[in-house]
Amino acid sequence: MIPQSSRGERFTSYEVDAFEVPGGREEDWRFTPLKRLRGLHDGSATATGSFAVAVDSGVEGVTVETVGREDERLGAAGVPADRVAAQAWSSFTEATVVTVAADTRPEGPVHVTVTGPGQGTTAYGHVQVRAERFADAVVVLDYRGAGTVADNVEFVVGESARLSVVTVHDWDDDAVHVGAQHSAVGRDATLRHLSVTLGGDLVRVSSTVNYRERGGDAELLGLYFADAGQHLEHRLLVDHSVPNCRSNVLYKGALQGEGAHTVWIGDVLIQAAAEGTETFELNRNLILTDGARADSVPNLEIETGEIEGAGHASATGRFDDEQLFYLQARGIPEDVARRLVVRGFFGEILQKITVPEVRERLEAAIDAELAAVGA
Amino acid sequence: MATLEIKDLHVSVRTDDAAKEILRGVNLTVNSGETHAIMGPNGSGKSTLAYAIAGHPKYEVTSGSVLLDGEELLELEVDERARAGLFLAMQYPVEVPGVSMSNFLRTAATAARGEAPQVRHWVKEVKQAMADLDIDPSFAERSVNENFSGGEKKRHEILQLDLLKPKFAVLDETDSGLDVDALRVVSEGVNRYTANKDKGVLLITHYTRILKHITPDFVHVFAGGRVVESGGAELATQLEEEGYVRFTGAKESAAV
Ligand SMILES: Nc1ncnc2c1ncn2[C@@H]1O[C@H](COP(=O)(O)OP(=O)(O)O)[C@@H](O)[C@H]1O
Ligand SMILES: [Mg+2]
Repeated sequence: MIPQSSRGERFTSYEVDAFEVPGGREEDWRFTPLKRLRGLHDGSATATGSFAVAVDSGVEGVTVETVGREDERLGAAGVPADRVAAQAWSSFTEATVVTVAADTRPEGPVHVTVTGPGQGTTAYGHVQVRAERFADAVVVLDYRGAGTVADNVEFVVGESARLSVVTVHDWDDDAVHVGAQHSAVGRDATLRHLSVTLGGDLVRVSSTVNYRERGGDAELLGLYFADAGQHLEHRLLVDHSVPNCRSNVLYKGALQGEGAHTVWIGDVLIQAAAEGTETFELNRNLILTDGARADSVPNLEIETGEIEGAGHASATGRFDDEQLFYLQARGIPEDVARRLVVRGFFGEILQKITVPEVRERLEAAIDAELAAVGA
Repeated sequence: MATLEIKDLHVSVRTDDAAKEILRGVNLTVNSGETHAIMGPNGSGKSTLAYAIAGHPKYEVTSGSVLLDGEELLELEVDERARAGLFLAMQYPVEVPGVSMSNFLRTAATAARGEAPQVRHWVKEVKQAMADLDIDPSFAERSVNENFSGGEKKRHEILQLDLLKPKFAVLDETDSGLDVDALRVVSEGVNRYTANKDKGVLLITHYTRILKHITPDFVHVFAGGRVVESGGAELATQLEEEGYVRFTGAKESAAV
């Protein structure tokens, strides 16, 4: 059975005006507090600041270019699928292209740092990361600073390449960021993507994975931590359009404080041609205090019976006071006990992070989040 | 020498609709070097006593006091009570997914001792303690109690007792759900803990079978939320033969 509004047939365009201004009832926007988007969605947010991108220079095998809108490589991984992404597409003035040369394996991660335009200003940006054939690289894309930002980020993973990306949204408290990530996974290529979302007033990231040819493998991990008043939204679409590809999605979030809100949408589509697909997606949320709310919507559409395996699950639970009691009854102070439980909750993801620097930073960030409310 | 004194303890349980009184004036004094068995039928309030002493938030102490060497435990947080020297081996130990047993034990030992144990000594100590309780070393990397069998959970409670060496241990039906071998292994663990005669034990049990491995100095019969009779080991023998009928009016066996 093919659902009527299949995500695979969703509308895409580079033109802002091809999309209606969202009113809030649309499936794509119903969880997002539009009032807090500062006009990113209705054309009123004109660019007043810069989308500053800094990339480690001098890494062997890595080329960094600043290119104009006309560069033909842009758009290789995908086309905007919502109005804000189209707005970002039509508003950026220059793009950063980071290329990992074929057959190379750079030492250590390549750091790409995006700094927001600053309080009260708006910026649009575009970044493309390319891993050429047989390249093997780790890229850390770090968002920080303040302001209002919309961007498109492309990951183009060439034949048999391996690209590991860690995206860290470590924005200042007042930042608003609506991002669209487009990944194109080539023949026998591997994309490992970890999305970490900690800071910002509102962060909405839509991530789409497309497979170009057989044998593609995508692992999409996410870790988010929402505090009082924060809205953190992650929307995923994994589009299995070719045979024999794999995807594995695991997103985990913790929430604490009044008005903390997270949204996770996980759409996985297995098209009729995508025989031999293997996919699993899971979202778990841990609610640490009253007043927080997690929405989680997994969705699996299967148009062929010839698949290896497909599954999805979602669960949202409250912090278990019995666990806290047990740990405290062993002399462990409450703050340490909470840290143990929350780290344990995220452990499944932390374990999969192969870059020690990234793992340590996340552990410290989780501890800091817990310390912030005096938990 | 240390003393744990429970004086006229009244405790209610917080339920969804109302508070219900469970403990109706418990009096009991345990000195270090002593093992007190508390025996009573199901529902008599034994676990409530254990939880209330440990500070479980569901149980509300309405009056009375629990002193450890004269210090009021009821005024302390759960973790402070533990660090003061109180240990509760739970009837139903809690699963903590994602937290490895080794990390948990080390964190607890650090809290109990006031400083992190030296890595080399600690590894040895844990290995030995696990071997003593017939626990496979692979458990160290498993999440706390997660998917452990009932018997495995109980062994791990005693493992913690062994490593944390508290002044007083409340063992809540540590014997239930254990097969004959496990009962022996666990009992030996408790006996190692008390071997130097400097620890006090409150051994809560429904049945007499664990008392064949652990000899109590005192036996108290618990019914209707209070101690209704106290005596020596001979009281357990009597309960084994007669059951709790004399105390409850209902026939309930204390023998297995
Ligand atoms: N958390 C609880 N919620 C509701 N009732 C409880 C709770 N804990 C204990 N009780 C009630 O208190 C009484 C004593 O229970 P408990 O202390 O577990 O007895 P025992 O350990 O001797 O079997 C029982 O009637 C039980 O139903
Ligand atoms: Mg009980």
